[in-house]
Amino acid sequence: MVMEIVCPAGTPAALRAAVKAGAHTVYCGFNDETNARNFPGLNFDRSEMREGIRFAHAHGAKVLVAINTFPSAGNEALWHRAVADAEACGADAIILADIGLLDYAARHHPGQRRHLSVQAAAANADMINFYAGTFGVKRVVLPRVLSVPEIAAINAETGVETEVFVFGGLCVMAEGRCSLSSYVTGRSPNMNGVCSPASHVDYHEENGVLDARLGGYTIHRTGNGESAPYPTLCKGCFGAGEKAGHLFEDPVSLNAEKLIPQLHKAGVTALKIEGRQRSRSYVAQVVRNFRAAVDALEDGRPLPEGMLAGLSEGQAMTTGAYKKTWR
Amino acid sequence: MSVATQPIPIFPPTAAIPLRAMPLAPLSLALTAACRRISRAHPGLIRRLGEHDHCAFALDPTDLPVVLLLEPNGGVPRLRVMRGEVASDARISGPLAALIGLVHGAFDGDALFFSRDLVISGDTGAALALRNAVDDAELDLAEEFSAMTGPLAAPMRRIFAMAERRTGVALTRPEEAGTW
Ligand code: SF4
Repeated sequence: MVMEIVCPAGTPAALRAAVKAGAHTVYCGFNDETNARNFPGLNFDRSEMREGIRFAHAHGAKVLVAINTFPSAGNEALWHRAVADAEACGADAIILADIGLLDYAARHHPGQRRHLSVQAAAANADMINFYAGTFGVKRVVLPRVLSVPEIAAINAETGVETEVFVFGGLCVMAEGRCSLSSYVTGRSPNMNGVCSPASHVDYHEENGVLDARLGGYTIHRTGNGESAPYPTLCKGCFGAGEKAGHLFEDPVSLNAEKLIPQLHKAGVTALKIEGRQRSRSYVAQVVRNFRAAVDALEDGRPLPEGMLAGLSEGQAMTTGAYKKTWR
Repeated sequence: MSVATQPIPIFPPTAAIPLRAMPLAPLSLALTAACRRISRAHPGLIRRLGEHDHCAFALDPTDLPVVLLLEPNGGVPRLRVMRGEVASDARISGPLAALIGLVHGAFDGDALFFSRDLVISGDTGAALALRNAVDDAELDLAEEFSAMTGPLAAPMRRIFAMAERRTGVALTRPEEAGTW
């Protein structure tokens, strides 16, 4: 079976670009704290969501609505409303992370297909089977900490579909459990849908040297001619003991396009592209590339050579944990 | 649609000389009129700016001796061409071709930023909101300006097309590649 390409859309224009570029499926979210890409100027209001889903369906593509942050106490109604509205808009599935919200959706919207977000950090078959048995989860987005053999082992022990990230920004922690951003900005992906939010970012350039700061702290300093990273905390430069450098992760992007055949063999159903914060031109180019790759795989042709390096953070790529030994 | 990977063209310095001395008020008036027309036709632009819809954005083409100051004013925008120091809440600097290409989706904003062809200073959240709002609007500046000239629209379109071929600057929205 053809592997499904699951593409990001931060705006209706990006959704249309992704569908036209060959996305089988697009994921997006409402313009509030219910989705983990709550960035300024991004996301969909209710009527944009309804129209976006109608457009995708008319072109044979599916839409998944990410409601994948963790409801804050006393404010659960915002998340409940998002679940109801996604269903009313015609979403093909909702992507959830919070156990309470999964339970709510399973009880009140049993007909709505449910996927488990990467934010739930379900990294072994027992956990995935629990979510499937208890909340009827049909697909799990695997955290970006697993190797290909580990993914194969999971697929051997579960009937739940698996979706893995193949391209885009890396979140190196067990997702849903990283609070680095909270320490510096008071806002985190888990609660507010933003990691290292733009409202706390500022850049300062002097004599070609660019300082990228988060919450007033310099996270990166790049010299003349070097590529500029976004000051995401886990990809910053820190000093520890005698050493200074990228303590957690280099500011690089994930690109697992060469691993597509292995991921296919490992039983993966869907390939996910990160980047709802990126432009429609980025989305179109990445989608086209990956769609060509999975179609080639399906037809038994060699995979086309990638050409996406210029689009990535730090303009450098990694195959991430799929082939990685950790520091 | 594809992301341009070729080097970004720089505005010829000799062609930029008139901007050093010419009166800028008529240009500002024309650009403000165009901006208002665009914001009426694309209400999502202002909506997507959200809490930033009263910020002042300095758009700084580094190959021109002027800065464009964009003030959305909650839906009654003003766009002024200015020389010298321009105070703003957020500033986006880069070659004119990069700024226009960004509007037309010929470039990816993050990629230009990573490569440092584009530099952001001031309120990064506001700059991001503007970038995202513009990206969603799928604008075609040449088309918007041509349409404003009434009966002259057709020759204007031809002039823009010729200027685009000569300069390599994406003055119009690039043709989308065929649907998959
Ligand atoms: S700081 Fe890094 S690891 Fe933590 S949530 Fe942000 S991107 Fe993920």
